[in-house]
Amino acid sequence: MENKYHNKVKILLFVLLFLWFLSSLACGIILREWLDLHFPKIGHAPFGFWMAQQGSIICFIMILLLYNYFMNKLDMKYKSGIKD
Amino acid sequence: MSQQLVNFLFIALSFLLYIFIAVRSRAASTKEYYTAGGGVSPIANGMATAADWMSAATFISMAGVVAIKGYDASRYLMGWTGGFVLLTILMVPYLRKFNKSTVPDFIGDRYYSQIARGVAVICAIFICMTYIMGQMAGVGVVFSQLFGISNTAGVIIGASIVFVYAGLGGMKGITYTQVAQYCVMAFSYTIPAVFIAIALTGSISPQLGLIGEYKLDGGGVPFLEKIDQINIQLGFNKYTSGEISSINMFCITAALMCGTAGLPHVIVRFFTVKNVQAVRISACWTLVFIAVIYLTAPAIGAFSRVNLINQLNNSNYMNAPTWFSNFEETGQMVWVDKNDDGIIQYFGPNASSINKNTVYNGKRPKYPELKQKGKYGERLISNKIDFSNPNELWFGNDIMVMANPYMAGLPMWVIAFLMAGCIAAALSTAAGLLLVLSTAISHDLMKRIIKPEISDREEVLYARWASFVALIIAAYFGINPPSEFIAQTVAFAFGLAASSFFPTLILGIFSKNINKEGAISGMISGFLFTLLYIIYFQFLGGNESNYFFGISPEGIGFIGMIINFTISICVSKFTPNPPDAIVKMVNSIKSPE
Repeated sequence: MENKYHNKVKILLFVLLFLWFLSSLACGIILREWLDLHFPKIGHAPFGFWMAQQGSIICFIMILLLYNYFMNKLDMKYKSGIKD
Repeated sequence: MSQQLVNFLFIALSFLLYIFIAVRSRAASTKEYYTAGGGVSPIANGMATAADWMSAATFISMAGVVAIKGYDASRYLMGWTGGFVLLTILMVPYLRKFNKSTVPDFIGDRYYSQIARGVAVICAIFICMTYIMGQMAGVGVVFSQLFGISNTAGVIIGASIVFVYAGLGGMKGITYTQVAQYCVMAFSYTIPAVFIAIALTGSISPQLGLIGEYKLDGGGVPFLEKIDQINIQLGFNKYTSGEISSINMFCITAALMCGTAGLPHVIVRFFTVKNVQAVRISACWTLVFIAVIYLTAPAIGAFSRVNLINQLNNSNYMNAPTWFSNFEETGQMVWVDKNDDGIIQYFGPNASSINKNTVYNGKRPKYPELKQKGKYGERLISNKIDFSNPNELWFGNDIMVMANPYMAGLPMWVIAFLMAGCIAAALSTAAGLLLVLSTAISHDLMKRIIKPEISDREEVLYARWASFVALIIAAYFGINPPSEFIAQTVAFAFGLAASSFFPTLILGIFSKNINKEGAISGMISGFLFTLLYIIYFQFLGGNESNYFFGISPEGIGFIGMIINFTISICVSKFTPNPPDAIVKMVNSIKSPE
């Protein structure tokens, strides 16, 4: 049971780290020029530029909220038998 | 009432508020100690952590860097907030489970070795020192503006105040004082931004104003397009695209992110919360409160650039606003009338054939003994003037946030409030770091490694001496900064943290195969590589064309980190496995807390 919990946590961490990478290093830096040209503008800001200056930070908050939600759920599910 | 008087009034009021709260909550704090902060709501804890987190570098320097570098400054915006995500999901819950509140403590026990602990302490000292240097430069800017004195005197006064403040100690530990500090910081930062956003873009929210329309000149032009136009007209690069290469930008941002995760002074905060669920929710709140400032910073940067150029460029010096001469007085702005026409002209590097826009030779302006005034009343400098390009205006990178409300002509109380916010930011982080540094030396180094027999009193004495010496070194580098702007100095600290702590912590938490030989050799090689690279290119005059793959010293921590990972894993493969007790310790994270 221990390993099942740990594996699920690992999957969650990988997914969140992927989103983290995508929103900041990928959209904000590596793909920025391409996104600036091909993606719809946010307000009047080019997409990549906006991701780098504001969007990524908003995504980070979302990532922590997801982490919060799913970790609590996992803890609840696997906690039976272990006293806090 | 003069501006200076109002400033003092606001600062005094803010300090009275902190002291009042500290005294009021003293009765509750003994109980708080026993329940390990169980009584503090996650929101309050989030605010306090945010105040701890946001340093003078963030508060004073970051928006200025955005103003000058445009897109390139995004590395700080993403780097520091992204690092917080790593810290929350990869580090804090596990360090908490191992019950290790400091990084050297964890490394010493996980790698069952005093040498590993010693190396970690030395790295921690270097990292904290570099970080405090950045804070001192920030403190210097604030106090020199406050008293209207030179930067050097400002740093010295600021350093003494930080020393006294850190000595009070008790005041810092009380969560509610930091909640008050956060509120002062957040409001003083956003209020001027709101005023300016209304004036420039007609939007109440500065965050939306940035992506909205520019209202002056008849309107209808997107704000970012306007600022791009201005930049190109004056010979700067486009505001929205920047000039740093993608690979360098990537390395710097990644180094900042990973470095943040290894920084020692924030982790402790999460030990006072009652359970792991509360840690998670309070980390969410912290990031929300940090984001309030970080989402405003790019707007402040862009607005202040437009205001600065609107107000100064092509205007007659004789009619220049009075604040300009105030900033000349403190050595933060310089105008040299190169073409002798009495008009301030501001140009970027592309306006001249040699791609430079330096006004004078040397890093900082120097002034003749006697205050000499030029033909139009401007303050003269004693540096050699650089006539190779037409640019006549120089301003300190770190002055933009403080100059911003002046440029927008905002009321006195807004400026005074901002000053109070700057001081709160500078004091809270500098004092916190000093505390971490001095305990690292007195507790981790003296007590646990060199002289285990010292008494508690001697330990405190060592801590005092350590913080005194540290402040003197930091003040020296605050006066002679090792880099262009505060945020960059701080970035070096993060690079060092990324190359030494991040891999060792991650491997220590998630892999049971890494042994002490691997960890020690990895830390030493990653750290030394990064440190030597920074020293060579920043102090020994290394040339930019020799950068490793075009990566600047700010971003080299990322390469140092890869070296650390590789060496740790390889060395561990060929040396004996860690003992069973350690394997058991690492396995313990596999079950829910």
